[in-house]
Amino acid sequence: MSDTFTKEMARNIYYGGGFAAFLLLLGLTFDTMRVLPERDHRENITPSVAHGKGLWEKNNCVGCHTIMGEGAYFAPELANVYDRYGNGSEEAFKSYLQGWMAAQPLQIQGRRKMPQFNLTSEEVDNLADFLIWTSRINDNDWPPNKQG
Amino acid sequence: MIKFESQMVAKPYFIFALTLFAGQILFGLIMGLQYIIGDFLFPYIPFNVARMIHTNLLLVWIIFGFMGSAYYLVPEEANVELHSPLLAKIMFWVFAAAGVLTILGYLFVPYSELAELTRNELFPTMGREFLEQPTLTKIGIVVVCVAFCYNIGMTILKGRKTVINMVLLTGLVGLAVFFLFAFYNPENLVLDKYFWWWVVHLWVEGVWELILGAILAFTLIKVTGVDREVIEKWLYVIIGLALISGLVGMGHHYFWIGPGEYWLWMGSIFSALEPLPFFMMVVFAFKVVRERKFEHANKIAVTWALGTAVMGFLGAGVWGFLHTLAPVNYFTHGTQITAAHGHLSFFGAYAMIVMTITSYAMPIMRGRPLGNPMSAQKVERFSFWAMCIGMLGITIMLTIAGAWQIALQRMPDDANALSFMVTQEKLIPIYWARLAFGVLFSVGLIAYLVSFFVGSKEAIIAQNNGVTQKAPQEIAGVCCGACDESKAS
Ligand code: HEC
Ligand code: HEM
Ligand code: HEM
Repeated sequence: MSDTFTKEMARNIYYGGGFAAFLLLLGLTFDTMRVLPERDHRENITPSVAHGKGLWEKNNCVGCHTIMGEGAYFAPELANVYDRYGNGSEEAFKSYLQGWMAAQPLQIQGRRKMPQFNLTSEEVDNLADFLIWTSRINDNDWPPNKQG
Repeated sequence: MIKFESQMVAKPYFIFALTLFAGQILFGLIMGLQYIIGDFLFPYIPFNVARMIHTNLLLVWIIFGFMGSAYYLVPEEANVELHSPLLAKIMFWVFAAAGVLTILGYLFVPYSELAELTRNELFPTMGREFLEQPTLTKIGIVVVCVAFCYNIGMTILKGRKTVINMVLLTGLVGLAVFFLFAFYNPENLVLDKYFWWWVVHLWVEGVWELILGAILAFTLIKVTGVDREVIEKWLYVIIGLALISGLVGMGHHYFWIGPGEYWLWMGSIFSALEPLPFFMMVVFAFKVVRERKFEHANKIAVTWALGTAVMGFLGAGVWGFLHTLAPVNYFTHGTQITAAHGHLSFFGAYAMIVMTITSYAMPIMRGRPLGNPMSAQKVERFSFWAMCIGMLGITIMLTIAGAWQIALQRMPDDANALSFMVTQEKLIPIYWARLAFGVLFSVGLIAYLVSFFVGSKEAIIAQNNGVTQKAPQEIAGVCCGACDESKAS
């Protein structure tokens, strides 16, 4: 770097630029918090949905699956699993999930395994409610297709 | 020799960091095999358990490495003894015990039982990527970080406030502060995710870059003797650009998880600038080495410093840019492309900076001011190339896997897209190739560890005797710091 560009100028870029960028981030975050309620339809977070999120975390489902594209890449995306198997019916999806959770681990040699979590049927319904709620978040139309 | 006795507290930090690194790679190999042979070690080590051990060990060993670096370089820069070596030693054992207990918990207790055992329901923070630790462990991490920042801060307060020390301290305090967002876990998944990134993104693409820049600048001063003024100017510009691009660049994670549409623009534009500071780091490192004032006999430390700049740029800059624009990320989000980038960036920037300073400082702490004997440096040089080529191979294979995954599973319409599981089966040959590069990487790591024990007593003495054979001003490694005293602010 040339000598006309002094260390003081460099320091000002760091302090000034860093501070300005942080303020911009705070401003955008403030605005996001304002508009988010319309996009995340939080009014539909029932106790069952909240409990479902707790179970999702307690069993570390995110250690194999992605949800909205974040997590692990070992097993299918689940933010849209309701769209994939529900056919628009919450009842149908719940009975699908009951069957799926009860059947684990599938006895297919060499295939990737999902553990048996020994959840009660009420807990599986909570998980289903959580996944249904998640599928309805406005996420700018991601993923591109229903395979996720 | 070593300038201050208290710098020696860094030694166990580096040794423990490398031990955890070895553990991380073991579990990486296990997962690499589970990707191909799905039921390997099932039900004893399910994939999610291997994954959290792999990633948590990674984070913890990098942080151990950062702490060791700080304990080594802060007293030297400040030109005073560390405020409290005892506190540093106690915190080493607290952190090590918390880390080991947590990993053993992951390994031997089913995760849901671990959550119950540690009373997660009282203050739920578990079960989120990278933040799987029980809440109690998280509190322990905060305690360790606070004690650490206090110790480092007091040391700097007493001594010279060099630019390197101030930048490093800002980075370390930032690390501790942003970790606090790990305790915010609302019922609303969108809010949860929004602030989860305030830990993960504001770490790796924010404050950790300050730590990276400071450690790199310190090592470069030591191994090249280039004027502090020049190095400090570059450091300011690099980290300035990192913050300007990286803070709002966080928007590249807000495309598809709920936040509004303007993030598509803001995130794309700002994050597209993020490669710039990484590129400048390459220019900076090569310029400084080209203009070096002496040949440091610890040649491999110079190689590591240059390697960090290059590999960090490839991983964060090139592989980051590859998928950071919203129209591209729409297809790559959460595929093997993400894994490719995550590996090369973490390794190139953060794993390699820790090995850089380890390579420079460990010999000095072991009474070898001019570095390890040439026989040991040769083994270390092999390990450098094996690890770099191994990691580049892993990255390229994962990139091919990701591109193919996108073509089969993401691009076609609903009627024609293959399911996730069918797609993964088609990728198995590529996963074999990834695993092969993983084995090469492991060979490199083993060689690295072995290099600490290479070299006869005579060779070590001969290397050290280089000291008396050169004119004093040409001697590196034995620098008492006095020569750059007058220039420090
Ligand atoms: C150890 C890894 C692992 C964990 C942990 C895990 N899963 Fe899975 N899951 C899988 C795998 C592998 C598949 C694909 C199985 C197959 O197709 O044979 C799968 C498939 C699924 C599917 C079907 C998706 C589809 O598109 O076909 C659902 C639903 C599901 N998991 C829900 C869950 C929930 C809920 C949890 C947490 C309670 C969970 N999983 C935890 C590995 C895991
Ligand atoms: C033998 C070499 C290695 C192998 C085989 C390996 C394998 C893996 C696998 C299979 C995953 C999980 C991917 C998924 O979620 O499906 C993973 C995750 C990860 N690994 Fe490694 N790994 C290796 C070395 C490393 C090294 C050296 C680093 C960094 C220094 C690293 C950093 C990471 C990170 C950051 C993640 C999380 C990625 C993400 O969330 O996108 N790994 N690794
Ligand atoms: C050394 C610095 C960096 C490190 C250690 C790093 C690490 C990571 C990791 C581990 C992930 C995966 C997170 C997850 O599991 O969800 C990730 C995601 C991502 N990174 Fe980086 N990164 C760095 C720099 C960058 C830069 C400079 C850019 C942009 C130019 C970038 C762009 C991205 C994007 C777009 C994603 C999201 C991928 C997705 O949509 O799935 N990263 N990064």
